[in-house]
Amino acid sequence: MTSVLYDAPGPKAKVRNWIYSGIFVVLFALVMWWALSLMAEKGQLAADKWTPFVTDSQVWTTYLIPGLLETLKAGALAMVIALPLGAVLGIGRLSDHAWVRGPVGTWVEFFRAIPVLMLMLFSSALYSPQFMDVPSDTRPFWAVVTGLVLYNSAVIAEIVRAGVLSLPRGQTDAAKAIGMRKGQTMAYVLIPQAVTAMLPALVSQLVVILKDTALGGALLGFAELLSMNRQISANYSNTIATLFVIALIYIVVNFALTSLASQLEGRLRKSKKGTGAVLGAEEIDDPVPGANTAAGA
Amino acid sequence: MFDFLDSGQYDVLGAFWVTVQLTLYSAVGSLIWGTVLAGMRVSPVPLLRGFGTAYVNLVRNTPLTLLVIGCSLGLSQTLGINLGGDTFKETGFRLAVLGLIAYTGTFVCEALRSGINTVPVGQAEAARALGLSFFQVLTLIVLPQAFRAVVAPLANVLIALTKNTTVAATIGVAEAALLMKEMMENEAQALFAVFAIFALGFVLLTLPTGLFLGWVAKRVAVKR
Repeated sequence: MTSVLYDAPGPKAKVRNWIYSGIFVVLFALVMWWALSLMAEKGQLAADKWTPFVTDSQVWTTYLIPGLLETLKAGALAMVIALPLGAVLGIGRLSDHAWVRGPVGTWVEFFRAIPVLMLMLFSSALYSPQFMDVPSDTRPFWAVVTGLVLYNSAVIAEIVRAGVLSLPRGQTDAAKAIGMRKGQTMAYVLIPQAVTAMLPALVSQLVVILKDTALGGALLGFAELLSMNRQISANYSNTIATLFVIALIYIVVNFALTSLASQLEGRLRKSKKGTGAVLGAEEIDDPVPGANTAAGA
Repeated sequence: MFDFLDSGQYDVLGAFWVTVQLTLYSAVGSLIWGTVLAGMRVSPVPLLRGFGTAYVNLVRNTPLTLLVIGCSLGLSQTLGINLGGDTFKETGFRLAVLGLIAYTGTFVCEALRSGINTVPVGQAEAARALGLSFFQVLTLIVLPQAFRAVVAPLANVLIALTKNTTVAATIGVAEAALLMKEMMENEAQALFAVFAIFALGFVLLTLPTGLFLGWVAKRVAVKR
């Protein structure tokens, strides 16, 4: 495989590449050696810091697996609630009536501009005894889910809008030509195709949601995966090892979802069926923008 | 309704100033780190490509919260790396910037890589035909055009970064979200007013950035 940026390496370039590789290996080894020796110096490499994850099944059954389940539960519930809400908002933003489009647009832009952490903190305060008095044991969970739903329904609204706009104009024209009304065009022609186009973007949004649940653990006392770090390291005083293992769990779960998203995207792009419109995982990123720049795919 | 602001107990502007500083330092750092990563990911050296790909895939799938907390608990408290910060405040700020750069760099890298793909093949081919080396092709021909194409995506990354700085609250950096948490606890009767102030602050930070960079993006885009 070659790139357009460089020629297939000849004998000289091959030697050069080996030299660069060598330099990189040396630098990388130096950094690793420095990091490992520092860890060894602080006793973080000692076997008893790491073996609990292999020998002590309780670490998994009491902390890590319940934590992961809480994370998945909050993420899945937030996604399930945010999806229909986002669909309604997205369709509202495409409305022909200014009195629908305007307020919905403001709502969506407002909630996309605010950090999800602030929405979680606000929900948590709202669920306190002074206002809604949600039982204190489930309050962090509902605060996290509410924050995630408020933020992500706005993001999903943009995904839906971009998905509908990504379809060729001919679809709307054809629907009009056979006498469909606006609602029918949306319900029978545009949305079913847009859903397929949106799938990759939605799956990668799920990754964003899962990552954001960790905020609830850090500041609201939600017992999700990352917050287990405190309890495990309190038992074994192995902060680094625990963070390492927890990071690995996140990476495995999220990487699987990310791969699924890009696989879906590849399938849709190649597919002969449909219009070939697809909203890539990267096109609407977690990060979402002010204006409408990111949307129109 | 907003009388708690007059007590002088809360430095709202100061907290937002910390947010802005976090954003600026992390933005510059992640732009540099992201460009280096993108350079690695398209380079002719397989090992560098592998490292770039592995780094991006690992870090992008880790929650930012974990990275920031890892910087604080792991680097600072366990290993004693304080990045030259003398006070708790200074160290926390630097650690947060480090975590933000490590995380945001991957998004900058991916944005740039997609920008590199928008540069027509003929550009790089012509450059190679002139005998330019990979480094020259990248820095003189491809990246300048790629940067002009990715102003809009990079603006999105910058806005996301602005919002992500709130994660620094998890390690006690006195930025906007932490002050909001404190105010919501102390001034519970004015919950909606407090939220409105901080929401407005973030809208004021992100909206102009988006509009301005959107305008820049249109101006500098290479017309093809």
